[in-house]
Amino acid sequence: MVYFSRWKILLVVGVCLFGLLYAAPNVLGSRLFEGLPGWMPGKQINLGLDLQGGSHLLLEVETDVVLREEAESMLDAVRIELRRDRIRYTGLSATTDGVSVRIPDADQREQALSAVRGLARQLSGSTLPGGDPGLEAAMSEDGRLTLVITEAARRERVTSAVQQSVEIIRRRVDELGTREPNIQRQGEDRVIVQLPGIDDPERIKDLIGQTAKLTFHLVDNSVNVQDALQGRVPPGSEVLPVDERDRQGAGASHIVLRKRVVVSGDRLVDSQPTYDENNLPAVSFRFDSVGGRRFGQATSENVGRQLAIVLDGKVISAPVIRSAILGGNGIITGRFSVQEAQDLSLLLRAGALPAPLNILEERTVGPGLGADSIAAGKIACIVGLILVVVFMVAAYGLFGVLADIALFFNICLIFALLSLLQATLTLPGIAGIVLTIGMAVDANVLIFERIREEVRLGRTPISAIDAGYQRALTTIIDSNLTTLIAAVLLFYFGSGPIRGFAVTLSIGLLTSMFTAIMVTRLLVVFYLRRRRPQVLPI
Amino acid sequence: MFKPIHLVPDDTRIDFIGQRWIAFAFSALLVIGAIGIYLVNGLNLGIDFRGGILIEVRTDGPANIAEMRGELASLGLGDVSLQEFGQETDVLIRVQRQDGGDEAQIQAIDAVKAALGDYVTYRRVEAVGPTVGAELQRDGLIAVALSMVAMLLYIWFRFEWQFGVGAVVALAHDVISTIGLFALLQMEFNLATVAAILTIAGYSINDTVVVYDRVRENLRKYKTMSLHELFNRSINETLSRTTLTGLTTLLALVALYFFGGEVIAGFSLALIWGVVIGTYSSIWVATALLMFFNIRAGMGEEEGSEAATPGASG
Repeated sequence: MVYFSRWKILLVVGVCLFGLLYAAPNVLGSRLFEGLPGWMPGKQINLGLDLQGGSHLLLEVETDVVLREEAESMLDAVRIELRRDRIRYTGLSATTDGVSVRIPDADQREQALSAVRGLARQLSGSTLPGGDPGLEAAMSEDGRLTLVITEAARRERVTSAVQQSVEIIRRRVDELGTREPNIQRQGEDRVIVQLPGIDDPERIKDLIGQTAKLTFHLVDNSVNVQDALQGRVPPGSEVLPVDERDRQGAGASHIVLRKRVVVSGDRLVDSQPTYDENNLPAVSFRFDSVGGRRFGQATSENVGRQLAIVLDGKVISAPVIRSAILGGNGIITGRFSVQEAQDLSLLLRAGALPAPLNILEERTVGPGLGADSIAAGKIACIVGLILVVVFMVAAYGLFGVLADIALFFNICLIFALLSLLQATLTLPGIAGIVLTIGMAVDANVLIFERIREEVRLGRTPISAIDAGYQRALTTIIDSNLTTLIAAVLLFYFGSGPIRGFAVTLSIGLLTSMFTAIMVTRLLVVFYLRRRRPQVLPI
Repeated sequence: MFKPIHLVPDDTRIDFIGQRWIAFAFSALLVIGAIGIYLVNGLNLGIDFRGGILIEVRTDGPANIAEMRGELASLGLGDVSLQEFGQETDVLIRVQRQDGGDEAQIQAIDAVKAALGDYVTYRRVEAVGPTVGAELQRDGLIAVALSMVAMLLYIWFRFEWQFGVGAVVALAHDVISTIGLFALLQMEFNLATVAAILTIAGYSINDTVVVYDRVRENLRKYKTMSLHELFNRSINETLSRTTLTGLTTLLALVALYFFGGEVIAGFSLALIWGVVIGTYSSIWVATALLMFFNIRAGMGEEEGSEAATPGASG
């Protein structure tokens, strides 16, 4: 144990140098290291949102809505199919995962089933491998015919809805110029949004919270609103509320309009805030060629009628078509404020979310608290370090100094690894470092105590040191591994800041084992070779 | 170089095992008391687990908590509590979980912000909906349970099963009494507390392993010594290490408690308690419990090989 081969010395010195180099940018600032290749030192530790300030949102995509919409469209298709084949049916309804209908006439059941099976192949818009339609038709004994979305297709729909949501959220957040946002899918139907430097996420929450589904419909004037509200809605029409802002003007709280969509927002290629002829804020839009053609056709055929502009189930405005709009350009007026016009155009540019979002969790830390936490963490680290360093020297003299040198390299290595791995340092993470400072010397305490015992038993310095390191080793490994087990599990099951604690604690345990065993041993060996002491000062 | 201070004298011969009945009585009282307090008081669950809202604000001058309480009470958000946080300009506001799902929490934040207006700075805003709260609770329980099982499997693998039992009891003793401390002081029990408990568990096992390692070594060395004497010897031999490591860890934690800021003060306090109780339990619970087992019986087959190890002087 006292013998050190040359390559081992090189290894220990190399690791310590690595620690120094890679930890340095955190002290000296990263500017000094600019221009160096990526693997070279220069990275600083990634601060968590609780330290640099910022906002963390956990969102849930309401994927049920997507499936529900699909079920609704299947419902219409099934109805048309059954009517065309003159099959009698009752109780046609949409469920959460498909359509259910009863075929009372036993003779028509076989025909109905094959008709719906054919429909399933037509309807399938899925991208499942092997031509799997993703829809399954089945007939029960008592004549209940079901057409349901299969589990594989359901998962595919959910995945694509969530991925699309991530993309749309990213576009919206990017439009606001947020610096380094982190937006990613979590679990099956969740999205994490992390926005460093944002301490008032209200505007972002408003922007993310809107589905922004824009559609144009013709207004149905064949029935008056009062009658429609009492349930007399003509087939193919529906009653929608009018956006609050427009009520003072138009007076009506609801409008009856045709369900058929003239053009929808997914045909938009651009949208900008602008002003209308009365110099009031408005939003301009431009369709792609298909959208422009449809829009032109609808407006030229319906001059004099009202065209309702519907956003997320509310009518923003319903202007009268004065003339055909052929270029695919137009503006939306709707008593907006300047800010609202800006936000709406942003939302239209970024596109509609496939489904509404729910905010499950919000955690926002202001920059003041973050800075205070860093300052407090620094002081706690320094004070803790000084106390431990002084204590070790008092308890073990020269050997305490050697342990303190190892502790210094240990801290360098922790910072170096955190920087290199780009792990996130959180406030509990700082606590983990402080705790590691206290516990890191444990391995040395174990070794030194053992050496003391061996000295008391009358061994020579070299043999006492040899035995001390050898015997303490298994204890050190046993005791550190148990703590490491706890830290690793904490990482797997913890969330957010707690993970930061688990990371620093685990890294600290590993580096402290290395420095306590290898670095101090090397220092002790150098000391033995130079001084050849007769009595150990321990 | 000066002569190092030997904080613990070299040749202590304290009869730890002789005091075991006093220690058992004390530990039993501690555990029963902790469970009792938990049953009576319950835990002051933070919003991580219960759901709800937590807002930390800073005012320009000393905060008028009574006035703020009045403003917030009129919002009809249910139970709203305010407390000074660290210094007199800082106030921690807790609002109970709102009925009506996840979205209702977010709306309640807006209501509080509207009521407090612009004359306060929002240092921290956290809202956890019922869905996430329930999940965090479940994950926390899984983490604690799994890590305990894993640590015990490790002990069982490295030592005889009797040691495993001793370590389990000591571990449960430490964790239960820590939970009791949180119930007694009504400190907020949150995600950080779970991390603290796991760290305490790790430290406690760590400490126990060091003493057990020495017990195992001495069992091989002194084949005829009575177990009572052997355990005492092992504890005394490792006493200096136990004390020194405990002290360095406590020094670091005390620094964290006093200088680390209000947000992690509760976390630090739990760890300080854990180091003290973990050190106590590794001596008086984990090791003293071994008196109930005839440990030597199971070690017969290993004796021959181990006795041949060179340098096993003593």
